[in-house]
Amino acid sequence: MKSSSTSLKKSFNWNKYIVYIIFAVMFIIFSAILGTTFLSGSNVLNIIRQTATISIMAVGGVFVIGAGMIDLSVSSIVPLSSLITALILTNTGNIPLSIVGGLAVGVGVGWANGFLITFAKLPAFLATMCMMGVIKGVAMWVTNTQAVPTNNPAFNYIFGGGDVGPVPVLIFWTAAFVIVGYIVLNRTSFGVRTLAIGGNETAAKFTGIKVDRYKILIMMISGACAAVAGILYTGRMQAARYTFGDGDEMSVIAAVILGGASLSGGTGSMVGALVGAILMGMLNNALLLCGFDSSVQMILKGIIIILAIAVTNKLQKR
Amino acid sequence: MGTPLLKANHITKAFNGVTVLDNVDFSVDEGEVHALVGGNGAGKSTLMKIITGVYTHDSGTLELDGKPLWFKDYSEATKNGVRMIFQELSLVPTITVAQNIFLNHEISNRGRLLDLKKMNRKAAEILDSLGVEISPATIVGTLSVAEQQLIEIAKALSEETKILVMDEPTSSLSETEVETLFRIVRKLKEQGVAIVYISHRMNEILKIADKVTILRDGQRIITEQAEVLTVSEIIKYMLDEHAKDLKPNVNYENIRYDRCVLEIKGLTVNSWVRNIDFKVYEGEVVGFAGLMNSGRTEILEGIFGLRHTESGEILVDGRQVPLNRVDASIGAGMALVPENRREEGLVLGHSLETNMILPSLDRLRKKALLDRTKIRSLVEENVQKYNIKTDSVHKMISQLSGGNQQKVVFAKWLSTQPKLVMFDEPTIGVDIGAKTEFIDFIRGYVAGGNAAIFVSSEISELVAACDRIFILNRGKICAELSGKEIENEEVIQNEIQQYKSQKVV
Repeated sequence: MKSSSTSLKKSFNWNKYIVYIIFAVMFIIFSAILGTTFLSGSNVLNIIRQTATISIMAVGGVFVIGAGMIDLSVSSIVPLSSLITALILTNTGNIPLSIVGGLAVGVGVGWANGFLITFAKLPAFLATMCMMGVIKGVAMWVTNTQAVPTNNPAFNYIFGGGDVGPVPVLIFWTAAFVIVGYIVLNRTSFGVRTLAIGGNETAAKFTGIKVDRYKILIMMISGACAAVAGILYTGRMQAARYTFGDGDEMSVIAAVILGGASLSGGTGSMVGALVGAILMGMLNNALLLCGFDSSVQMILKGIIIILAIAVTNKLQKR
Repeated sequence: MGTPLLKANHITKAFNGVTVLDNVDFSVDEGEVHALVGGNGAGKSTLMKIITGVYTHDSGTLELDGKPLWFKDYSEATKNGVRMIFQELSLVPTITVAQNIFLNHEISNRGRLLDLKKMNRKAAEILDSLGVEISPATIVGTLSVAEQQLIEIAKALSEETKILVMDEPTSSLSETEVETLFRIVRKLKEQGVAIVYISHRMNEILKIADKVTILRDGQRIITEQAEVLTVSEIIKYMLDEHAKDLKPNVNYENIRYDRCVLEIKGLTVNSWVRNIDFKVYEGEVVGFAGLMNSGRTEILEGIFGLRHTESGEILVDGRQVPLNRVDASIGAGMALVPENRREEGLVLGHSLETNMILPSLDRLRKKALLDRTKIRSLVEENVQKYNIKTDSVHKMISQLSGGNQQKVVFAKWLSTQPKLVMFDEPTIGVDIGAKTEFIDFIRGYVAGGNAAIFVSSEISELVAACDRIFILNRGKICAELSGKEIENEEVIQNEIQQYKSQKVV
């Protein structure tokens, strides 16, 4: 009935690979326009440094979106965990304690999100949207919108500011999270069950998967990733500020979706999300280097993401 | 009588090369209730969907009021006064009765705004004429299923209706509600509406219908006045005496009556499935027979922990299983092949492999990580064993045929090595050849020292697969048949209908 070329086209999974194609195209375009300013080693490292926090949050985001949920609260967890970490650090000088404090914020908010979604039956979008406001408010209230500097060189070095030779510490953090995320998603029963929940929650229940427990756990993982991102922001900036993370939830979602996940759940790729995150960082960086205002940057960024996802969907739907 | 109101001649229809209707004639007169009877897949629904324009025919002609006519879609049929009351109700639960009744033909005042008063008044008139006491301002979602069904009828009558098709209208109604429905049907008859009535309930058909047409395997077997027919005659016509595709392959010697695999004591699932007791022995397949809403699925899902159960005891191999916990049921050695494989059995967007291994993940690990070698050998073994036709185990499950999808569901559950497997309508949407295959899988699995419960609407399958058959009606086990009693489909059909008659009369 159908010609072999259409069936070939259908079997090619555009969702999965489009992000690499777009990445390559963008990279070529920007290289042609900007030349060595864009291609220089220091600029490339800069891009990766700037995208580390988005990449790490995207690791959690792949699980959240893979399970058919969404987490908007990550952009508020970032500043709160950042402030709590910085406050503990300046008051006690105890690095492990400050990290535990920051992580606790993320895990706690994640648990609350999961509780609202499973127990109070709020849609994930609504639960995390409200939580985003609440937590942002708390972050502003904690220090009365004051920034908290971190004057601990060891902390600042390990958590974002340092370089190992020419390589920024942030790359190691990103790599560690993506590798662990990749293994958990693809090689453990947790990962398979997460995608099964997103792919068909009823079937997951009929298979005996404790769906509610998984959802809470997944939201906690996402919260923890956002907390780590907050801590890394702190180290890189050598301070904590309530404005950290503003708008990051959109970048994270865009990275995960560009990376091949479907918003309706059931799919997701760790490597894709990483490339998606770097693509976002590359856009930011290149548009800045092109000399556009931040207003034009935002407009172009929005249009490029819309186009990328629209093209993917069109190609996917035969 | 003059020309029939609706006349269908030589209707033929095939899906993917499989003939579903073969040269079928059907007609209905003004003010006549014409019942359409037949087993699953006999072609009743297809015939009605062709008449109402939902499907298109391959050949044949249709006449309405003596004029040849074809409807290109359902909305054109409704414009000509032909309407169908669907099994799945087509009401919007969040808006009022009146708004539903006039949906898509709302009454507006001169300012183009909705005339709610007039809509409510008109709706009340229609409901009154049916003798239904429901306020037009009620939100539909707050009504019972039976009341919603009446609203559905009212909706059909809000525009001119000459022919009304009712598909299994009583399947979810209680006895008094059935009486109400019949009263309305008689009223419509008096008004000259022609009614096509599809049902599995023979006694009801004989009470309400003027004429009965019996279909079998897409062919019309007979059309007869209802008053000269009996329930057992209808059943005889429905069954094909020559079709012996499904042969009983029961072997009673394998049953170990000293080993009780499943014991259910006083299981109460909801308000109408109460105090169920039964046992299933090693090597045995127990069948559940009954009409729609007889409680078959409710009992299975209750045992498996999917549907909340109020009380009762479930013992597998003599050990008590906690109620309402699917994971505990699986841990105790149970499995459920669900009724609706696309919604409950499979993750359609995932591969054959991922679907098949989902309940077995814990066995396929090496420490924390999944063991690819174990996964591959399990999946490949199952693809061979169940003869699954696919070019790759990584193929998306939605790209497989229905029969192959169901084989994956079988493999998914049987590879957890359950002691007790429950099969809920496992052969729906599967062709005849594959049906035998599935029954062989079930018998083969049970012969290895396990047990099964088998639910099916197709009696021939129950006869072929089961050692014992329970007849279910309205949440109760009414009879237990075994041995010679279940060698014959007719006995079981009569048995099912008999309990219905006790209830309805």
